[in-house]
Amino acid sequence: MRKVLMGNHALSEGAVLSRVQVIAAYPITPQTQVVELLSEKCADGTLNAKFVKVESEHSAMAACIGASAAGARAFTATSAQGLALMHEVLHWAVGARLPIVMGNINRAMAPPWTIWTDQTDSLAQRDTGWMQVYCQNNQEVLDAVILSYKVSEQVLLPTMIVLDAFFLSHTYEVVEMPLQDKVDKYLPPYNNPYRMDVDDPHTFGGLTGPDWYFELRYNIEQAMEEAKDVWKKEGALYGEYFGRKYDLVDAYRCEDAEVIFVAVATVASTARVVVDEMRKEGKKVGLLRLFVFRPFPYEDVRSALGNAKKVVVMDRNISFGAGGIFYQEVKSAMYGMKNEPVIFGIVSGLGGRDITPSHIREMIEYAYKHDEPEKDIIWMGVKV
Amino acid sequence: MAEEKRIVFEKAGDLPPMAMSLGLMSVNKTGNWRNERPIIDYDKCVGCMICWKFCPDVSIYIEDDKPVINYDYCKGCGICVEECPVDAIYTEKEGK
Repeated sequence: MRKVLMGNHALSEGAVLSRVQVIAAYPITPQTQVVELLSEKCADGTLNAKFVKVESEHSAMAACIGASAAGARAFTATSAQGLALMHEVLHWAVGARLPIVMGNINRAMAPPWTIWTDQTDSLAQRDTGWMQVYCQNNQEVLDAVILSYKVSEQVLLPTMIVLDAFFLSHTYEVVEMPLQDKVDKYLPPYNNPYRMDVDDPHTFGGLTGPDWYFELRYNIEQAMEEAKDVWKKEGALYGEYFGRKYDLVDAYRCEDAEVIFVAVATVASTARVVVDEMRKEGKKVGLLRLFVFRPFPYEDVRSALGNAKKVVVMDRNISFGAGGIFYQEVKSAMYGMKNEPVIFGIVSGLGGRDITPSHIREMIEYAYKHDEPEKDIIWMGVKV
Repeated sequence: MAEEKRIVFEKAGDLPPMAMSLGLMSVNKTGNWRNERPIIDYDKCVGCMICWKFCPDVSIYIEDDKPVINYDYCKGCGICVEECPVDAIYTEKEGK
């Protein structure tokens, strides 16, 4: 069955199909419809889940942590300031190894108050230990919910599903709805052997000294490493079940490309058109889209970019004093490789400024015109 | 009841994924970092149980209508000393 869904409702429908048991959320534009629809489904009985109303995003995540620790499948969604307010408990979800899945609609950080898209909110949570996936269309948003629970519950790490404000959250697209019985086969009920249980009591997260804290952190990194294989395996299995295969990255016409454009989310789908146009003009251009950003897919990025002469990384985010975050990560992945490509870091589209095919063409042409980047941050489209 | 045995880990791989005790609190003793040891003078104690009520770590229990301090869990915070209305609880430096 096909439905016309806005990105936010694709998240909700993904949660419904995943049979989430506890939802705790606080409304924030542009996330509101995600939990609005879920609350309606809880109220009318189509979703058998407990909807917990809370007074803040910090409490929303805390409630998800409690639910997940008790063995329930927990879901929430937020944006920008709400995600920032969750920061402390995001670390808790990871340290407690709870496979919570959360939608984050990328919204630029205030001040000034704004609601349009920008990746700085999700990337500021990069080091918490949440896995992160960046979606390019509403189909992927829905699929990512089911897939994220499948992966998270195996490696015991939470996943943040990231989508662009308005370009996906409020844009309606045709979405193929997986059948519930097939989803049930793909995603069995969550069974956590380490859950809180009154018949088998344990102390959770109690004081741990320098003698064991280090090892617990080592184990989280091991789980992240393992997660790369699990994403690949489950992404392929998802393809067998539902006809849409997922991988850590999506390399498009990269094999013989001289210049490769790297981006995430909706910008990558716009770039695909530009790549095709420039190919017709005889320019060997490719596109690398990161779907999974944490764990960072080092091997896949290296193999996709390994033969390119130049790489252009586009960031709709900025780490002040350092530059675009994807640029830094891609550079560090490629550092010291044989035939290391020249890498250009472009910051553009902050706060939801449109990035059109002609902007992307300009970015790629910049690489053709320059042997090396003139500076660490190449600003494009800013009025200076 | 879980087996009253302390589980010993040797390496990261032995740990459960979550930071959790494998046993009950009955085997997970937490009173070893106490600096001050509260002691009840039973000649003065009137059995009012205010100390039992105030202990924030539930480390005082009642036996024959008198409070008894469980040093396996008492952290030596001194609240019982402060709250005792007949000054029946005093402290000594731990390790003396």
